[in-house]
Amino acid sequence: MPSKNNKAGSATLSRRAIILGGAQLAFMGVLGLRMRFMQVEEADKFRLLAEENRVNIRLIAPARGLIYDRFGDLIAGNEQNYRIIMVREDVENVEATIARLARLVELDPSDLDRATKELKRRSPFVPVTIADRLSWTDFAEIAVNAPALPGVTTEVGLSRHYPQAGDFAHVVGYVGPVSDYDLAKIDDQDPLLQIPKFQIGKVGVETKLEPQLRGRAGTLRIEVNAVGRVMRELDRQPGIPGENLQLTVDAMLQNFVQARLGNESASAVVIDTTNGDILAIGSAPSFDPNKFVRGISVPDYAELTEHEYRPLANKSVQGVYPPGSTFKMVTALAGLEAGIIDPEERIFCGGYKQLGNRRFHCWRRGGHGNVSLLEALFQSCDVYFYDVAERVGIENITKMATKLGLGYRHDLPMSAINTGIMPTKAWKRDWASKAEDRTATWLVGDSLNAGIGQGFVLASPLQLAVMSARIASGKAIIPRLIKTVDGIEVPAPKPEILDINPAHLKAVRDGMIAVSNAQRGTAYRSRIAEKHNQMAGKTGTSQVRNITAAERARGVTRNSDLPWKRRDHALFVAYAPHAAPKIAVSVIVEHGGGGSTAAAPIARDIVLQALHGGLPPLTAYPSSQRGTIQELHNTLELRDPAGTSSGRIKI
Amino acid sequence: MSYLEYRVRTVPTGFRKILYLNWPLVLLVTAVACIGFMMLYSVAGGSYSPWAGPQMKRFGLGMVLMLVVAMVPIWFWRNISGFVYAISLVLLIMVEYVGVTGMGAKRWIDLGFMQLQPSELGKITLIMALAAYYDWLSIERTSRPQWVLLPVAMILVPTLLVLKQPDLGTAILMGVGGGIIMFLAGVHWLYFAVVILIGVGAIWAVLATRGTELQLLNDYQYRRIDTFLDPANDPLGAGYHITQSKIALGSGGWTGRGFMQGTQSRLNFLPEKHTDFIFTTLAEEFGFVGAFSLLTLYGLILFFCITSALRNRDRFGSLLTLGVAVTFFLFFAVNMSMVMGLAPVVGVPLPLVSWGGTAMLVLLGAFGLTHSAHVHRPRGKR
Repeated sequence: MPSKNNKAGSATLSRRAIILGGAQLAFMGVLGLRMRFMQVEEADKFRLLAEENRVNIRLIAPARGLIYDRFGDLIAGNEQNYRIIMVREDVENVEATIARLARLVELDPSDLDRATKELKRRSPFVPVTIADRLSWTDFAEIAVNAPALPGVTTEVGLSRHYPQAGDFAHVVGYVGPVSDYDLAKIDDQDPLLQIPKFQIGKVGVETKLEPQLRGRAGTLRIEVNAVGRVMRELDRQPGIPGENLQLTVDAMLQNFVQARLGNESASAVVIDTTNGDILAIGSAPSFDPNKFVRGISVPDYAELTEHEYRPLANKSVQGVYPPGSTFKMVTALAGLEAGIIDPEERIFCGGYKQLGNRRFHCWRRGGHGNVSLLEALFQSCDVYFYDVAERVGIENITKMATKLGLGYRHDLPMSAINTGIMPTKAWKRDWASKAEDRTATWLVGDSLNAGIGQGFVLASPLQLAVMSARIASGKAIIPRLIKTVDGIEVPAPKPEILDINPAHLKAVRDGMIAVSNAQRGTAYRSRIAEKHNQMAGKTGTSQVRNITAAERARGVTRNSDLPWKRRDHALFVAYAPHAAPKIAVSVIVEHGGGGSTAAAPIARDIVLQALHGGLPPLTAYPSSQRGTIQELHNTLELRDPAGTSSGRIKI
Repeated sequence: MSYLEYRVRTVPTGFRKILYLNWPLVLLVTAVACIGFMMLYSVAGGSYSPWAGPQMKRFGLGMVLMLVVAMVPIWFWRNISGFVYAISLVLLIMVEYVGVTGMGAKRWIDLGFMQLQPSELGKITLIMALAAYYDWLSIERTSRPQWVLLPVAMILVPTLLVLKQPDLGTAILMGVGGGIIMFLAGVHWLYFAVVILIGVGAIWAVLATRGTELQLLNDYQYRRIDTFLDPANDPLGAGYHITQSKIALGSGGWTGRGFMQGTQSRLNFLPEKHTDFIFTTLAEEFGFVGAFSLLTLYGLILFFCITSALRNRDRFGSLLTLGVAVTFFLFFAVNMSMVMGLAPVVGVPLPLVSWGGTAMLVLLGAFGLTHSAHVHRPRGKR
């Protein structure tokens, strides 16, 4: 066999081996350069990408600000919310475990259905909520049995709770989960809103002061692996809890107001006449806002929306009514200020006022005879005010009404505040332009109707309370609902002295004092026996219908003979004590009948409750009425003051 | 050439052979393997199981194998080259029928005590067979067509069998490796020029016919090409591996994030982090310094193999050593190109570092052959 190890072959091999070595070296050079490029030049870019891969930021919902009453009683708090969580990968048999759970606590079938679907869909390590809002006993039951339930854990979160249930439903409102509708409506970049089921204010103070109450999101930086499993917590910034609020409302008085209004379709407002603090602002019937936080059931919601008494409506600011005779102080002051009438001037009431071919009736068929302002007020003579209204004109009346806070939107942090209507000639033209069959010109008859708070005039209970507070104090009282935010007092606007002759105000006040203290006053039955607490007031009965000639002929004019919807509204405005006013009150009972019978007694009870800071002694009432009052006190369902005072933190 | 021509008397005998081993190579291989143990320890989250421990045992076994192979005279290996080549062909065919399927491919034969991967063995036996062939073939006939076609067939048969498994990575290594040995043996330039031209033409044809009726590949294959060219197109699908791999590599920076501190590998963003993508963990944890050091060690291994081959006047030993060096080079070059986004993902492990028993044993056995060639090289004057 010849040797192939000849020189030529060896040289070729060496040459080519060196070429190959060179090529390899060149390629390794390329690799080295590429390494350098990626790891040195572009390192920052890749480092950033790696961080993005690795780190997930989760938001921690801050605790929502608490809402207290003026004395520190909790109105809206955060409650521990107990949940059952299941992690599929830790559970041996999902169905069996759920069955075991169902034997321990009651589980909602629809919740279970959703949970099982989610368990199947999500990665096995993702915790899925099986049940929410467990009672403490159920929660404890699960916690105790945890060793027998692998993969099942319990968790505590915070959720809104309103311990005073219906008392503040219309004032504070409620929170609910963020909806797509909310997101579309509000231009808010807060990332918290992206948290599923994050609760935001929906109605009332909760929504109006949402920015203060919400707080700022905390962040939790966690390291996740490629499939999203949480490996560890990197760091945690707890976020800033929402600011606590304190309302000017006195929860005990509010509770009394709601209880006293009961299941009537009614509203009452109590204002401090010295500074405008709203001490109570009730609307009945009410509802439990906690149901909305949890997600109200369809039948429960239907019950609220279909109720004839409209429990969801906030009648104190949203409801506007013809103020009826409670408006007479405005007409009187307009007349006095315009110099058209003198308090002593007497006007004859013959039971009606003839205007062209129309008769404007006084409530008293037989008429009041010659009446002065004082008598016209305490007997609520309509003809007197028809006459004043005709002479002073609508523009003057509306000017005075606005001065006293009517037809004006008092900006409280509540939902659906209604401005009401204080008509002018211009207003009527505008109103008429909206429909074909309306008369554009202002008629004298319109002024007459407006003069006794009927016709076009509409006012809310809040406005009427402000009105009586302004008459009582002679100052332009501005209502205030929020006392402190985050412990800092919200400055109460300093009320200016009203631009009304004090003598004129006194004349009107005298009339109001007589209403509830003079024997022939319309609210004499609702007088207060305690001299130092006596109130000044004005009754109002506003028609929601015209009495037809046929009805008049038949004699069907008694309210109790009519269907509820067509009965008169009963109103009463008051301030007390009349010698040194502290509080102003307005009460309206929808379709309650007469102001003196339906509204004035409620107002008196509220006044006494407010002035006594609790249930008044029976001696505050006229001796003849003490029996019925005692019965009433026994039937009122008030919160136990002892129960609240123990938790009463004075701020 | 008969063994007499090896001037047996000049060759060391008995245990003295150990002194004549290519010692720098032994040390370099050990160093690289140690880097591998560290990385396997790291990707297991700081644990010897499941990878680092067994890998160390295999390395020990492989070193014994390397020594045994090195002790056996090189002429013995030359004489059995044809035989082992035939055996590996049989094994490759057997894999088709009795192979164990894993990860979508039939690559293993269950021998009871271990899983044998015939394709790994095939790489080395092909080199041996080619070296023996050119040792036997006279220089004058090297470039004659009929003597060129025979080695081409020797390369193609195992390559196609491996491709059918399918194992594209190994097939490329065998095909290209075999071609380079032919080049080293002195086959005329023109053959290679023609093959390269045809290759370029084929790639052009594949790309140019895309979307036409004459389309040569399936759509999914085209998508793979797209993903290779721009992984960002499909960051969560096919491009995921390469994107994550580049992120890991790039985020290492100059000196890396520190041993066991690589977030990409520790948090499982890296696919196949203990096998094909282990280099990215090294690059992430030790940075450019670490990655370039490994490249340098690989370069030195090549250097000592090539110098040993150049000093070796025995044509078989020389070709065999160069063949092993070329295969070794192709291993790490393809792997590194792949993880750095320079080449498509084809599934080639990083030699001596990636987890894998057969590859480690076969590679150390192959280094044993280069030692044998080194120890038993002809000495003295010609």
